[in-house]
Amino acid sequence: MPRAARKPKLAVWKFASCDGCQLSLLDCEDELLAVAGNIDIAYFPEATRTVLRGPYDVSLVEGSITTAHDAHRLHQVRRQSRRLITIGACATAGGIQALRNFHDVEEFTRQVYAHPDYISTLKTATPISAHVPVDFELRGCPVDKGQLLEVLTAFLHGRPAHVPTHGVCMECKQRGAVCVLVTGAAACLGPVTQAGCGALCPAYGRGCFGCFGPKETPNPVSLAPRLAARGLTPRDLQRLYRSFNAASEPFRQEGDRHGG
Amino acid sequence: MAGRMTGRRTIDVDVLARVEGEGALHLVIDGDELRRCEFSIFEPPRFFEALLRGRSYLEAPDITARICGICPVAYQMSAVHAMEDALGIVVPEPIRLLRRLLYCGEWIESHGLHIYLLHAPDFLGYEGGVEMAKDHPEAVKRGLALKKAGNEIVRCIGGREIHPVNVRVGGFWRTPRKGELGALIPTLSHARDLARKTVRFVGGFDFPDVTRDYEFVAVGGPGEYPFNEGRVLSNRGLDIAASEYERHFAETHVRHSNALHAHRIGHGAYLTGPLARFSLNSALLSPLAREAAAEAGLGATCTNPFRSIVVRAVEVLHACDEALRVIDAYQEPDAPFVDAPTRAGTGYACTEAPRGLLYHRYRLAEDGTIEAAKIVPPTSQNQPSIEDDLRAFVPDWLTLPDAALRHRAEQAVRNHDPCISCATHFLRLEIERG
Repeated sequence: MPRAARKPKLAVWKFASCDGCQLSLLDCEDELLAVAGNIDIAYFPEATRTVLRGPYDVSLVEGSITTAHDAHRLHQVRRQSRRLITIGACATAGGIQALRNFHDVEEFTRQVYAHPDYISTLKTATPISAHVPVDFELRGCPVDKGQLLEVLTAFLHGRPAHVPTHGVCMECKQRGAVCVLVTGAAACLGPVTQAGCGALCPAYGRGCFGCFGPKETPNPVSLAPRLAARGLTPRDLQRLYRSFNAASEPFRQEGDRHGG
Repeated sequence: MAGRMTGRRTIDVDVLARVEGEGALHLVIDGDELRRCEFSIFEPPRFFEALLRGRSYLEAPDITARICGICPVAYQMSAVHAMEDALGIVVPEPIRLLRRLLYCGEWIESHGLHIYLLHAPDFLGYEGGVEMAKDHPEAVKRGLALKKAGNEIVRCIGGREIHPVNVRVGGFWRTPRKGELGALIPTLSHARDLARKTVRFVGGFDFPDVTRDYEFVAVGGPGEYPFNEGRVLSNRGLDIAASEYERHFAETHVRHSNALHAHRIGHGAYLTGPLARFSLNSALLSPLAREAAAEAGLGATCTNPFRSIVVRAVEVLHACDEALRVIDAYQEPDAPFVDAPTRAGTGYACTEAPRGLLYHRYRLAEDGTIEAAKIVPPTSQNQPSIEDDLRAFVPDWLTLPDAALRHRAEQAVRNHDPCISCATHFLRLEIERG
């Protein structure tokens, strides 16, 4: 092999999650082999048995922390990683499993498992940033693969990643989708949700349900009357905010404000 | 290293690779006897069944999709069918066809991923698909192109590949125009050629000559290779409706796993997934898929789990054919979904996820609030059979050195494409020799 600059080492780690965000990397069918040609995939168990020792130049971390063992493992990951990027709503905000934070997890365990004593779990599901410093948080449930490639490329080249933090409303305008709130077709979290999906839901005639979490400076309090005017009850409003990003602070506060 | 092993040896592998999620394998070997065999799942639990309580029936497809990023469509399909069962909704033919098409997309994507990136490297001697691409670039590119074709279907109908947004109880939020589906035809026609080549490619692998006497369980019924609908059948005489599932199957909680183990009451371990679907329904495959299966040496049934990769390839070919048939037959419906008033009741559904039977049950309050939910994913049903495979095969491999034995055992697990994210809720491989 010709001598060349050392290729950067990439590691992909998983905590409590659905695997969808790391799958997004394998879903880059047109780019995967090019990406793999420019980096060493040093640890990515979903894709390969190869395990190269750290330290790693970039670690992508999927999933939230729900067990004491995982919290410990995460600190080991951080120590071996020059840059740590969280991918997706679980790693960035706790994910759907953070709904346990609003309930009694022991009761949850009793409901799902016959022998709750076999199960070891924490009372909360928490984002990666609650445990270790994070260099970049990529939003989405799932992440957008275009944004994933942008962030990966930016970090490997040492430049800032270009990921807009404005709302979904901007994307609706960009794609020429009719506003479902204005037409009254649907209740929509687009005004308070970060862009990244391409305004998918409004384009499919349904309201945004907040996969990418709160945008910069969201104002859910002022959106509430608009949603209530569409017939949403306080309980509906609470459900709307308590989904994949339920534990992100602006959505948590707004969800707590409603209820029924 | 080869030869008969004596003395106690322990081998630890922290992560079983090329499966979805995290689990472990624990083998205890005393001399030439396998004493203990546990395929355990210790991916942390996420308690979906508990957190669904108190949610609206309309939220179930989007919430349950998050159980698995590899097969979200399966969760969405079982969820909507169960809700429609509870509410007495019958969907018109175009909606039924669109759901079949969406499921074809997920099968092509998920099987394409497993065949080329997760499983073929075992047969060809590589650590993973990317490593395999250095020597077999054409094959890996073929796999990626197939996978992409499946994803294009899901994206067209569902909006995005992972966690599509368009599935709704009663139908879809927006149904595609005939022309939007028509745009998929060239891609799918090409994918069908690639699928045909795939059956030949994997059919030529070297397979251990083994068989297992499985009880196969799959959805099936007259007329159509199963995706969304049908009765639950087995090769040992079971023929029941989805609503009767819990009378015939039970889950038990074992200490070594965060996934529940399922068994057929009074019978024991059973297998769902491609081998079961194929063995119960091979006559219903498209003519092209049947012809390719025969060429690859498959009979009407397949009881060698190592050949599951061939069956997956045949299913991909069938799914391409079926997708093209559906696109041709599709007529735009008058309304994107059927609405019905909510009512108290219970709904049941079994559909065929790429990895096998996926059961959902929901009890709804009068206002459509979910009061109880039960979800049985394919991997928790297959977990006991995966362990039985190892119990059956490992004794013949005991003369292998540890690394080779470990790799074989891993491969035997990957035969069933376990989805551990689904089943729980690390694969660690431990071999102890005594």
